[in-house]
Amino acid sequence: MSNLKIDVKGETCPIPLVEARKALRTASLGDIVEITGTHPASKKEIPMAVEALGMELISVEENDGIWKIKIKR
Amino acid sequence: MSQKATIVVHSGDMDKVYSALIIANGALSMGMEASLYFTFWGLERLKKGGLEKGPLSKMHFLGLGKWMIKSRMKKANVASLERLISDYKDLGGKIIACEMTMEIMGIEKEGLQQDLIDEYGAVGTYIQEARDSEITLFI
Repeated sequence: MSNLKIDVKGETCPIPLVEARKALRTASLGDIVEITGTHPASKKEIPMAVEALGMELISVEENDGIWKIKIKR
Repeated sequence: MSQKATIVVHSGDMDKVYSALIIANGALSMGMEASLYFTFWGLERLKKGGLEKGPLSKMHFLGLGKWMIKSRMKKANVASLERLISDYKDLGGKIIACEMTMEIMGIEKEGLQQDLIDEYGAVGTYIQEARDSEITLFI
């Protein structure tokens, strides 16, 4: 099991969502993908995508406008 | 079978091609399949080196408007169409080129970015894609 970290700080629609999907595709079952970004809408849209993909949302945190989303493939 | 989005890209305008590619990438990212059917002016964007060449649908002003919007997009860090189409293909998106448009406009396969195109088809291909799509749009 590995931990994949993706940084999309400063990126705007649709890149955070697309990069999240790309990372989740390369991850193996059980891997943790951690995405860090600043685009406000993606903070709620990435969890929507996680649900649609039937994966597990571990946590969503935000600090000073920078959010971090952890997903288990 | 997963859900699907099928989009007809009829316009070759830069802003509309952005909409089509953003929606299609969004669909793929959220676990759907996606097909883009390029026809009429949209097909011009699949010509070699043609992707970024579209005018703005409004306020193009002989290119001045496009230049202004592009500089604002750059400031906002909006991805290029090249990046969006390459992400689209990476995520398994399908591209169909309209054969009739190729004939009308005298476009040969050699003049198109064949590496991006999965299929050359007509209306039947679109209907087959669209009939089992939850989302279908004409842009």
